[in-house]
Amino acid sequence: MAKLLKNRELLLVGAILVLIALIAWRFPPFVAPANLARVYNDTSILIILALGQMAVILTRCIDLSMAANLALSGMVAAMLNAAFPGLPIPVIILSAMALGAILGMINGALVWKLDIPPIVVTLGTLTIYRGLIFLLTNGKWINAHQMSDAFKSFPRADLAGLPVLSWLSVVMVAVMFLVMSRTALGRAFFAVGGNPHAAVYTGIDVGRTRFFAYCLSGTLAGLSGYLWVSRYAVAYVDIAAGFELDIIAACVIGGISIAGGIGSVPGAVLGALFLGVIKNALPVINISPFAQMAISGMVIITAVAVNARAERRKGRVILKKAEAV
Amino acid sequence: MAETHLSPRNIPDRLEGRSARLLKSWESLLLVVACLIFLGNSFASPYFLDPWNLSDATFNFTEKAMIAFAMALVIISGEIDLSVASIIALASTAMGYAVQLGFDTPALVVVGLSVGLLCGIVNGLLITGLGLPSIVVTIGTMSLFRGLSFIILGDQAFTGYPDSFSWFGQGYVWWVFSFEFTLFVALAIVYGVVLHKTNFGRAVYAIGNNQTAALFSGIRVGRVKFTLFLLTGLMAGLASICLTSRLGSTRPSIALGWELEVVTMVVLGGVSILGGSGTIPGVVLAALIMGMVTFGFGLLNVPGIVMSIFIGLLLISVIALPILWRRARRRLAH
Repeated sequence: MAKLLKNRELLLVGAILVLIALIAWRFPPFVAPANLARVYNDTSILIILALGQMAVILTRCIDLSMAANLALSGMVAAMLNAAFPGLPIPVIILSAMALGAILGMINGALVWKLDIPPIVVTLGTLTIYRGLIFLLTNGKWINAHQMSDAFKSFPRADLAGLPVLSWLSVVMVAVMFLVMSRTALGRAFFAVGGNPHAAVYTGIDVGRTRFFAYCLSGTLAGLSGYLWVSRYAVAYVDIAAGFELDIIAACVIGGISIAGGIGSVPGAVLGALFLGVIKNALPVINISPFAQMAISGMVIITAVAVNARAERRKGRVILKKAEAV
Repeated sequence: MAETHLSPRNIPDRLEGRSARLLKSWESLLLVVACLIFLGNSFASPYFLDPWNLSDATFNFTEKAMIAFAMALVIISGEIDLSVASIIALASTAMGYAVQLGFDTPALVVVGLSVGLLCGIVNGLLITGLGLPSIVVTIGTMSLFRGLSFIILGDQAFTGYPDSFSWFGQGYVWWVFSFEFTLFVALAIVYGVVLHKTNFGRAVYAIGNNQTAALFSGIRVGRVKFTLFLLTGLMAGLASICLTSRLGSTRPSIALGWELEVVTMVVLGGVSILGGSGTIPGVVLAALIMGMVTFGFGLLNVPGIVMSIFIGLLLISVIALPILWRRARRRLAH
């Protein structure tokens, strides 16, 4: 029982259930299955992004450029569609993912080959990627009428009761779960973050593993770029501005340690869902949407405080007293 | 975030002389760059060399530089504060609220500074009191502080600041020297002395180089770090007063994205993002460079977002170039 209580994922499931119960008490229709499915669908993009960020954070890095990468890839996808309306959707999705991967590789290469601290690299590329959208479009928008119907309807299409967007996030969660638990690369993410020196001695190339983590987060950001643009049927310079913080918040809430090496796929998913439930619940229980930012801030701080306590108790840190100051 | 150095360090047989070190330092390189940009700007635009234009140009960086001095100390100590721009927003909102309540200029200044200080205390308590990583805490408070001003203001704006309040952002102390520029110079001197000439400054370096060793040598690590976050909050409050007074209005999106520019300024000034090294003169030069580049681009009608690409490239290249340079030299030596 005590062990069950300490399981972070279960605690988070409990927290989400309590949250939903509280909302249902104020506004019962919120818990209707159809509405919960809508909430999940609305959170799908955040889930996909949180999975990529998780891989990066596990290796002791951080990717602040994900939202900018999403915006740039999404814009290019929209421009491709506007210029060649006949282009099949899979081609557009693949090119958005490829562009996302390239942008991720730039981050990864700077971290790997030049040893620049990840936070500096991605702070820099965050502004560069967003600036590139402006250079590409001259600040113009791509609106719904410039996009083809197939482009807009793909994530909405109904498949066995759920939209394709929801299914895509389910597939990504399953794929990432397998990658993290069943492949050498997935285990290397944990090893590099847990103890980089030990990882070197076990034959893992720390820099290369980080590079792959950035490729992964970039690819997922590229995919999310298409999904975002087609879902909201508009593309402009500032889409998803500030969303990088939501992604990191989802990871932190999901118990992924910013110091690397600790985290799980279910954690990232639950962290994203927690934020998604809050975001969707605020309007229905009559709290101003302007309060959302402050609430996410509070949640991030609470989550990191709770996680830090849990990690300290495990005694991972040698010289506990000295480092705890 | 701790970085790992897996390569052995090269220890030279003897140290270089003082003047040789000064010549090769990051600061002298910055000085050369600053002079080149100054020359380039004066050739590119006939309006650049006018004293009043130059004085206007200083507003581009003075507010950010005030925060950058405190941020430099925070980064040297191995931490980071990403919440500064949000502190500006919250302090500005509080001042706007105080105006609605009928407060006058001196009270507004007190409100601005104390909100900044309070935010710094919140950061400091979370980071040193609970021992949480500063990057996550300040990402959280960045969201929290700006979120609070969104709750208070929504899509509204506070205006109607008293006339006497506009002096902080628009007033001149003497001839072309604005209050903000004078404050910038004064703060540069104060921070320079504190960092380079006091025990406190040495403690900051010691903590950044090796926190455990600093603790064992009797430095109160927690207390020093707490003070640094408090100072950063206070500086953000001060910058908020200047900015609000200059703009004459408050929106919750005020100073959006400034944390990036402040960190860029500090890193461009030669402060290592991993902590342990950097100087105030470097930060001053970086502030001048960034201010002049923005101003020069402005005179040439370059849109703001293109400038931000340039700042991003600058941030990455100032860190990458020394690394590439060192590598190239090592390859030549072998």
